[in-house]
Amino acid sequence: MRLPTGFAAWATGFALIGWVTCAGARPASAVEIAISCGAVGNALELCKQGAEAWAKKTGNSVKVISTPNSTTERLALYQQLLAAGSSDIDVYQIDVIWPGTLKSHFIDLKPYSKGAEAAHFQSIVENNTVDGKLLAMPWYTDVGLLFYRKDLLAKYGAKPPESWAELSDIAARIQDGERKAGNDKMWGFVWQGRAYEGLTCNAVEWIDSYKGALLDASGHVTVNSPAAKQALTTASGWVGNISPEGVLNYQEEEARGVFQSGNAVFMRNWPYAWALANAADSPVSGKVGITALPKGGADGKHSATLGGWQLAVAKYSKHPELAADLVMYLTTEAEQKRRAIAGAYNPTIPSLYKDPEVLAANPFFADLGPVLAGAVARPSRVTGVNYPKVSNAFWDAVHAVLAKSTPPEQALAELDRNLKRMLR
Amino acid sequence: MAEAVTLVAGAANAPARPSALTRQRVRAAWLFLAPMLVVLAIVAAWPLLRTLWLGFTNARLGEMGDARFIGFGNYLIYADGEWDGLLVDPSWWRAVGNTLRFAVASVTLETVFGFAVALVLHRSFPGRGLVRAAILVPWAIPTIVSAKIWSWLLNDQFGVINDLLLRLHLIAQPVAWTANPSTAMIAVIIADVWKTTPFMALLILAGLQMLPSDCYEAAEIDGIHPAKVFWRVTLPLVWPAVMVAVVFRGLDALRVFDIIYVLTSGSEDTQSMSVYARKYLIDFQEVGYGSAAASLLFVTVAVLTLITLMLGRLRLDREGNR
Repeated sequence: MRLPTGFAAWATGFALIGWVTCAGARPASAVEIAISCGAVGNALELCKQGAEAWAKKTGNSVKVISTPNSTTERLALYQQLLAAGSSDIDVYQIDVIWPGTLKSHFIDLKPYSKGAEAAHFQSIVENNTVDGKLLAMPWYTDVGLLFYRKDLLAKYGAKPPESWAELSDIAARIQDGERKAGNDKMWGFVWQGRAYEGLTCNAVEWIDSYKGALLDASGHVTVNSPAAKQALTTASGWVGNISPEGVLNYQEEEARGVFQSGNAVFMRNWPYAWALANAADSPVSGKVGITALPKGGADGKHSATLGGWQLAVAKYSKHPELAADLVMYLTTEAEQKRRAIAGAYNPTIPSLYKDPEVLAANPFFADLGPVLAGAVARPSRVTGVNYPKVSNAFWDAVHAVLAKSTPPEQALAELDRNLKRMLR
Repeated sequence: MAEAVTLVAGAANAPARPSALTRQRVRAAWLFLAPMLVVLAIVAAWPLLRTLWLGFTNARLGEMGDARFIGFGNYLIYADGEWDGLLVDPSWWRAVGNTLRFAVASVTLETVFGFAVALVLHRSFPGRGLVRAAILVPWAIPTIVSAKIWSWLLNDQFGVINDLLLRLHLIAQPVAWTANPSTAMIAVIIADVWKTTPFMALLILAGLQMLPSDCYEAAEIDGIHPAKVFWRVTLPLVWPAVMVAVVFRGLDALRVFDIIYVLTSGSEDTQSMSVYARKYLIDFQEVGYGSAAASLLFVTVAVLTLITLMLGRLRLDREGNR
């Protein structure tokens, strides 16, 4: 095959190159801000809508970059980008446990916020303030909740469980009943059991519900306790009985997939699943109830891991003022209200929990006050840069107990030794 | 007689320096190789040396400038009354065991299946060209994509494989292939064998097609049983090609990362040495410790490759008298 020669061919070629290059050009005043936000559920879609509204308002453009579902993988990606000083992403959506780990990469937002952070939950603002610098604006908060099938509980004459033992009983009863009635894919309880940060969230809830803790407030390792042992023994009893064995590889979306397709009685997940479970195309639309996670026995407590995501601006961004402006826009009351109604994303502004439109879309927000107040934070502040290692050791130990490859006493004793050595 | 002596004497007095033409050719050869050597030095030698160096420091990902030299501190150190470091870390040795188990199992299976496929493809039959192209499809799909495909196939609730096995009444309940620690490694090996058998088949087929046909004609005339022909004629002749394929595949298998990372839950039961090194390098930001793990991985792979090559050459001498 001979390559085309001649003036016409080369002219066409150059014209093509010129057209492609010019097609990407923008008016000189417009700036493109890259934001990485959202991957799970409808987060990406909602973020795109919000970011584009800002772009239209200010005459700039926004590029939304999608990220992996797993928060662990997202952290790994961010750490590589930030360590390389990359200016590819201006605004980062960061997890509530990351300000301590990533503190050297973000700018102080106080000059740009002009006091706007006072309208948000102060505990979250404190969490995001490291060494006196406001490293991120709160965007939405998250707590672990128990989702249940209202219709199935009513059919079998059960009320939402108060303790884990009750949950086990009800789940087993309904699971067997439904299987006999023909749905042999029915399971009792689905949650996140894969060896990643989500398992840490689940396990912290179990241990806290028995009034135990990983570390105490001053950073001493307290994980090898009877409360923790009881919690892990209870949880490992679910696997294979009321939870499918595959739960050991489930993240948030896999668990939601099983629950939303009607094959689970209970699910532990974050609030975002509410909007999706009640969407028009969901098989369980209108049949879902939400309550706090059960207590660990009569003298336990209702627990919920505090999650939530914040927006931060990287030091390496070429347009930090515009990026900060985008962050301020996305965290305003109006935008958080829109996200609450459309996607059940918990606002970080207390006044929105009394807003009638928000409550109409998410009736369970009204009961969230006590849940948020009793939420347990993971030990990220007290462990600082060591948090990823601590969390990793914890979820590995829990996973081994759940997979029944190590008994709880041995796993907790080893974990205790490992954590003490890490935090020396 | 005298000429023979002169010839021998002439040979003994052969010029120590090669001729000008030979020297020119050697120079030209170096010139042609130079670009490749430069690229190799930049892309392979420099990162390798840097990783080996970082293994002796306590570098962290965000603060690479503050790294200090700590000698063998990452490998073995006596601190606070106990030994610490990579060489006494039980999860490192588990990772080594997982990697070796994976490598031995997958390379063996791939060699056997690849050989069978190559033998079939060696015969000519209608549609052979099409079959050869189709065979390469698993190899052509990127590992990440095929790992995701397999993770959906093996899903315990929605997976096609569990559905099939249930319908055939081979299992009573769906098996959680990737979550259960005892079946997770099997799932990884199945996915890897599916992907890499075509590669082995291709290399072995190339070896088979270079075999001289006169041995086979002689065997046919003598009426030797086909199985004996295979063991006594084909196998010894194609052994060098098989060894090359095994070494290539073994190197890849020891470095396995993506299929284990995507398919399994990343727990200690299945993590390989690469997964372990990445965990420390990226997740924990400990570049020094992670580089030490990566250096040990490099040393392990190098040693095992040398052993395999030496064993292969020994067998060669015995069978092929080379």
